[in-house]
Amino acid sequence: MGRAISRRWPWLAAASALAVLPHLPGLSTNFGRSLLSQMGIAALFALSYNVLLGQTGLLSFGHAVYFGLGGYVAMHLLRAVDGGLPVPVPLVPLAGALGGLFFGVLFGSVTTRRAHTVFALISLGIGELVYAATLMLPSFFGGEEGITANRSRGPRLFGLTFAPQIEVYFVIAAWVLLSAALLHRFTRTPVGRMCNAVRDNPERAEFVGYNTQRIRFIAFCVAATFAGLAGGLHALNYEIVASEAVSPARSGNVILMAFCGGTGNFIGPVLGAAVITWLQVSLSDYTSAWLLYLGIFFLALVLFAPGGLSAIVLSQAALLRTRAAGALLKGYSMALLPVMAMAAGAAMLIEMPYRMSTQPELGTRMRLFGHHWDAATPWPWLLALALIGAGLWLLRRAWPVVVAARQLGARSRD
Amino acid sequence: MLELVTVSLLNGLVYGLLLFMLSSGLTLIFSMMGVLNFAHASLFMLGAYFSYQLGRFIGFCPALVVAPLLCAGIGAAVERYGLRHVHRHGAVAELLFTFGLVYLFEELVIMLWGRNAVAYGVPPSIDFPLFSVFGGSFPAYKGLMMAISVTMFVSLWLALKRTRIGLVVQAALTHPQAVRALGHDVSAVFVLIFALGSGMAGLAGVIGGFALLTAPTMADAVGPIVFVVVVVGGLGSLGGAFMASMLIGVVQTFAVAIDASPLDMMSRLHLTVARGSLLYDFLAVKIAQAAPTLPYVLLVLMLIVRPRGFLGTRD
Amino acid sequence: MRADARAVAAVVALWAGGAAAQVKWAFIDPLSGGGASTGILAQKTIQFFLDETNAAGGVNGEKIELLSYDNKVNPQESLIQLKKALDEGARFILQGNGSSVAHAITDAVLKNNERNPGHEVLFLNYAAIDPALTNEKCNYWHFRFDADVDMKMGATSEVIARDKKIKRVYLINQDYSFGKAVAAAAEKMLKAKRPDIEIVGNEFHPLQKVQDFSPYVAKIKASGADAVVTGNWSNDMVLLIKAGKDASLRVQWFTYYAGAPGVVSAIGKDGVGLVKQTSEWHKDATPQLDADIVAFQKRFPGKENEYAYWRLKNLVEMFALAAKKAGSNDPVKIAASLEGLKMKSVLGEIEMRGDNHQLLQPLFVSTLSDKAKNEVEGSGLGWVTDLRLDAKDTAMPTTCKMERPR
Repeated sequence: MGRAISRRWPWLAAASALAVLPHLPGLSTNFGRSLLSQMGIAALFALSYNVLLGQTGLLSFGHAVYFGLGGYVAMHLLRAVDGGLPVPVPLVPLAGALGGLFFGVLFGSVTTRRAHTVFALISLGIGELVYAATLMLPSFFGGEEGITANRSRGPRLFGLTFAPQIEVYFVIAAWVLLSAALLHRFTRTPVGRMCNAVRDNPERAEFVGYNTQRIRFIAFCVAATFAGLAGGLHALNYEIVASEAVSPARSGNVILMAFCGGTGNFIGPVLGAAVITWLQVSLSDYTSAWLLYLGIFFLALVLFAPGGLSAIVLSQAALLRTRAAGALLKGYSMALLPVMAMAAGAAMLIEMPYRMSTQPELGTRMRLFGHHWDAATPWPWLLALALIGAGLWLLRRAWPVVVAARQLGARSRD
Repeated sequence: MLELVTVSLLNGLVYGLLLFMLSSGLTLIFSMMGVLNFAHASLFMLGAYFSYQLGRFIGFCPALVVAPLLCAGIGAAVERYGLRHVHRHGAVAELLFTFGLVYLFEELVIMLWGRNAVAYGVPPSIDFPLFSVFGGSFPAYKGLMMAISVTMFVSLWLALKRTRIGLVVQAALTHPQAVRALGHDVSAVFVLIFALGSGMAGLAGVIGGFALLTAPTMADAVGPIVFVVVVVGGLGSLGGAFMASMLIGVVQTFAVAIDASPLDMMSRLHLTVARGSLLYDFLAVKIAQAAPTLPYVLLVLMLIVRPRGFLGTRD
Repeated sequence: MRADARAVAAVVALWAGGAAAQVKWAFIDPLSGGGASTGILAQKTIQFFLDETNAAGGVNGEKIELLSYDNKVNPQESLIQLKKALDEGARFILQGNGSSVAHAITDAVLKNNERNPGHEVLFLNYAAIDPALTNEKCNYWHFRFDADVDMKMGATSEVIARDKKIKRVYLINQDYSFGKAVAAAAEKMLKAKRPDIEIVGNEFHPLQKVQDFSPYVAKIKASGADAVVTGNWSNDMVLLIKAGKDASLRVQWFTYYAGAPGVVSAIGKDGVGLVKQTSEWHKDATPQLDADIVAFQKRFPGKENEYAYWRLKNLVEMFALAAKKAGSNDPVKIAASLEGLKMKSVLGEIEMRGDNHQLLQPLFVSTLSDKAKNEVEGSGLGWVTDLRLDAKDTAMPTTCKMERPR
């Protein structure tokens, strides 16, 4: 019993965290709970995507198709429930999963015939195809208006109507936890391991006797099923599904989330989904340049840390456990101020042109870092350049310390 | 009827040649380095914006030359400092890098020129009707677009097949190691190709910018279709890209003109389907409504049936 | 966006003397993408009239603050922004560009008001004119301040009917609820008033996705149409008419939104005598240009800021009147007070119908002319009235059966 608990403690911890989160100060508002719900849906979507990318090495550019189509199927069921069908509302996302599975089998049989670049292109083509088709079949897609329903007209469950956001949050949290457990189990199954083999060395896998195409197909169907489930949760959360749910923008978004979080380990996509969702929702309140910051962040990760945020966290955590910890911390603290100065300068250089070109009617006086500046004068620009220059110079002195500390840490681990 | 066919054919040719201008650069880059440059359409957008901005200071004709050069420079920088660095992390990382560049370029354009379309109109020097057809006029700028596109095709083809550097490029296409062993600087060739491809996209942007709307979303509108052209035409084949762009350009333009749907044809055979059902929806789709999906249907079919495209030399 | 909302609030505060804003309006419309030109103009117009209202003391002693949210004419995105707006305390939602969005918002507002009694919000619709919103999908919390498709088509079809030279009409519209409503209304009314007119084409194109309308223009030419009826707005209208000009298409254009930014510049002199619009106002509608318009153009010069939204002036003034009558800024009380409210405007009396919450106001059909008193967009051209309907003559029957709060 004790061993069973100690092996499962991460899941128990996750479950309790999910139960407690919406009651924490700051997150107990309607906005906070919506944010948590959004993060949950995004996390499931990203986890399903990682079955393709992290586990099987398949880069798909059209994964939103299964998310959106699952969402539409779930929405049609919700409509029926709204009209009197006695299906409990928390079970409606299951229709989304089945929808995802159906379309995964349908399109997957075609998509998974090849791998690598051709796979990526087919997924892109199917994504664009489905998105363009959303205008063409009004009884399923609802045209430009999309499909809406009311989630609070289903059969009452323990007196819950599922109208308040907190109740929807718990439905989402429950499904996400269950799905994460299933997906985690999947990575440990023989099929899951075979997916890894196909990712690492398809030729060798074929040699040993596995049919790589069938493995890809299985992984695809699993990914599509859970994406559809996420779509079903999305339908429940917003009570509307429109063409945006299958759009290339949403496909791109899940790539961003999965990659930024890190495709190399299981928790990466969850982390990425939480961070990116939070940035998208909150950062846009403070700056209209948030997508640029996101793009720069993504590119920096691709260039310098392709393992994503989770890989960074794990590697730094590992280094901090060695005797190089002290030197490492010293190096980082030396680098912190220059990096902040450079970031502040770069932010100024970005925010000022953004204000002038996207909101000229608000004038050139703007508020940055708590101070008022007039972008029409040269001073803020000069200050920004000075910050970047100074930061760069100081960083050049601090960086070798960090590098040396890392090397020390790496050596002491061997 | 004849008027509709002629005008549609002309429009289709113009659109097809625009697609070719864009996709020839991408074909080159893809054949060369096996990297699918998602940011190719972004360079198209940058070409349009640079030409708009430069045109306001130095006039259209100089801008026609300078804007593509700027785009070529950006392309070279992307290859030298970005792709080469990312190459060692694998093909997936390369794809993701160019994918991230799309966001970057779009936001940079918004930062400098705002979220809305800029008034990049046809420059007065080419704003006159070239000839009239059935009472309507065919504008000179469309003629210029066709001329530049055809010139691009011919000069590229000549350069690849008849010059020494073209020979090196063709060889590096299939045997980069051997070419390197022979002493040619394959990395420099890569940078050159990337710059050339990007410059061609920029040139397409200069012209396309006033035919289409010059806005930050212009890359999203045109980008996916360019991929379709490259894949359908054949990875590695310029002639294939030409064929594919003309096919898609003409088919899409004609499709918009056709108002028939399978339901219409069925009603001629006196067959009916219940209204409001999903089957009815499928059959009621007019070909004109389905026009935006046709390129992607073609893409998917091609990838299933013949992944190497029309005239492709490799998968 | 909060930073911008704060900036806007700062502007309002500066203008109105520094008091804190207490009534929050949320503007959810496109501020980027294909609908941005009209969305941004509407935002500036609303802000202008709110500043005037606040300068005059606000409503019931409170100032009104405008929070803006970009929805990119996307129903899904609109609901996300609506949630944000509600969390930031907005009690009045303003939207207009895109009936597809309006359907989603009216639905969401109804659900919100049912589920959160005491936190009701009102939906003030200034431009989404699908008739369904005041008929089968009518809702107590929704008020529309623009004439709906059928009302406008009543005026348009009247002008078409009177022109005996028009024999063949081509319909081209955006493929969604609004565009479909325009086409349906045109077909029905033209058949009733002039059965001899032949509808030679009924085209639907994707909303704000078409970059090049020349294939569509080729079809129009091939059909031999004398007149084109279209509800296209924003980029779709500008690009359509530009393609028409490029192909030397000579037809009469019967539009709803040719008065919006960019259209007159796109067609120029080629449109004189041919381009018509059906709207609640145009620059030559009053003998003297209204002082508010002059002040607006002074504050926002430039041809992309050519004044177009007379109905927003009506909206703000009616809101202030209703709030004064109700003696409170509570949405529930203002809704009750808006029903049946009559107001005198410069163009005539206007009335908010109590049965379906549709505003009745005078309608004009006007033609582009080089002999107008006031020019638009620096083009030297302006609008001249062809037909004017009084408010009460524009009313259409309604099927609305709304649930009222007790």
